[in-house]
Amino acid sequence: MSKTGVLFGRLMRHILRSPDTIITVAMLPIAMMLLFVYVFGGAMKPSLGENVNYVSYMLPGILLIAIASGTSYTAFRMYEDREKGIFQRFASMPIPRSAALWAHVLTSLVSNMITVAIIFAVALLMGFRSSAGILEWLAAIGILALFTLTLTWVAVVPGITAKTIDGASAFSYPIIFLPFISSAFVPTETMPAAVRWFAENQPVTSIVNTVRALLNGQTVGSEIWVALAWCVGIGAAFWALAVRSYRGRGW
Amino acid sequence: MSAINVSGLRKSFGSQTVLDGVSFAVEHGEVFALLGSNGAGKTTAIKILSTLLPAGGGTAEVCGFDVAKQARKAREAISLTGQFAAVDDILTGRENLILVAKLRGVKNPAQAADSLLDRFGLTDAANKRAGTYSGGMTRRLDIAMSMLGSPKVVFLDEPTTGLDPDGRLEVWKTVKELVGSGVTVLLTTQYLEEAEQLADVIAILRGGKIIVSGTLDELKKLFPPAKKEYVEKQPTLEEIFLAVTGREGK
Repeated sequence: MSKTGVLFGRLMRHILRSPDTIITVAMLPIAMMLLFVYVFGGAMKPSLGENVNYVSYMLPGILLIAIASGTSYTAFRMYEDREKGIFQRFASMPIPRSAALWAHVLTSLVSNMITVAIIFAVALLMGFRSSAGILEWLAAIGILALFTLTLTWVAVVPGITAKTIDGASAFSYPIIFLPFISSAFVPTETMPAAVRWFAENQPVTSIVNTVRALLNGQTVGSEIWVALAWCVGIGAAFWALAVRSYRGRGW
Repeated sequence: MSAINVSGLRKSFGSQTVLDGVSFAVEHGEVFALLGSNGAGKTTAIKILSTLLPAGGGTAEVCGFDVAKQARKAREAISLTGQFAAVDDILTGRENLILVAKLRGVKNPAQAADSLLDRFGLTDAANKRAGTYSGGMTRRLDIAMSMLGSPKVVFLDEPTTGLDPDGRLEVWKTVKELVGSGVTVLLTTQYLEEAEQLADVIAILRGGKIIVSGTLDELKKLFPPAKKEYVEKQPTLEEIFLAVTGREGK
């Protein structure tokens, strides 16, 4: 456990020393938020209703995009550690083999939560307001953390197995795109039937709707269970795959 | 008891046999060179001995610990300097050393780091990022990191491959200094001269087997007695390079 802490410290230092990582991870979603609110936002009003705060409406989707692109850096960092023989060095040392893996997972969780906090702050400046109580906030943060953990385990698999650096982070592109075909930015009722069916049945919609309902003080329906099931199911499957490929590879 | 004891070691990847019954022993405080061309199985042997890869057959012991059955104990006794210098580019040299010291549970990590920086001539570069180091410096830092926690056996996998002549001399000097400290060194190399310079015992690995091993003198005896020939000795390109760049090979 203490060794995981030492290795976590190392990776956090990496993040703090590579400003480009921070900029790419936080700036892109913020730029998209500005674009959606101040460019497309006006045109969305008719389908959303005049009294909908669009910043609050699309914030969950932006957060998911930020987390998806943030976790791709976990795959990137793991690939680098593998290529440079860093994993090999740790594996030949008298420390638990799992410490190097968990340090990456913990780093992903912490750094993505920092990104989420930054985006919340910018959203507040842009007019995001929440009527949620402490419990709703905790639940919303908890779901975002769970989503981060799920995608982190998805990222670990290419991080361990990818043969090229581009291959390592390629998994994140479709995930970053998923919120666009969901209820994140526009109501699904406006979409053609087939797209609408996809949008309403893919994981992002249930997560977005749940986080949105929690933050805006609306009643959270059964969708929270759908959201949790998606996260836990995908996370568990990739966790098993990740641990298997981590143990199975010769260092 | 030998520091390293390898007996009938086998390893195949699919249908390709890499190690086909390798046996050797390395005594405490000895420098043992595994000499072989690319793909001879040197790295595979090192990986098995450093518990990174399971053997396909045979046994391997380090300081009396079976690398398969007592991997954790074996890892306490060894240190690996892999084929590519495994230093963290983003951290400074000092931070790299402190990181490994903490992982190995060294009592006073900062103090241990400083004393190694001094010993390996890296004090001036201590607070620069390792990514800015030259090849030779990076390798020296890499080897310094391997000395933390006082390992009894150090594996050096092709320590000078990819280095320029200056860097190679730096690393040779570093390895020679290690020997004085009583540590056992197993190094692999594809350079004959490197084995000649550094090793007490040399084993030649070819086709997954050790075809010959012994001290340099023993190996020399395998050849017919030297005959005298008079040849004008031209300087080698290496000697010219070192003379022109102002660094005599020592």
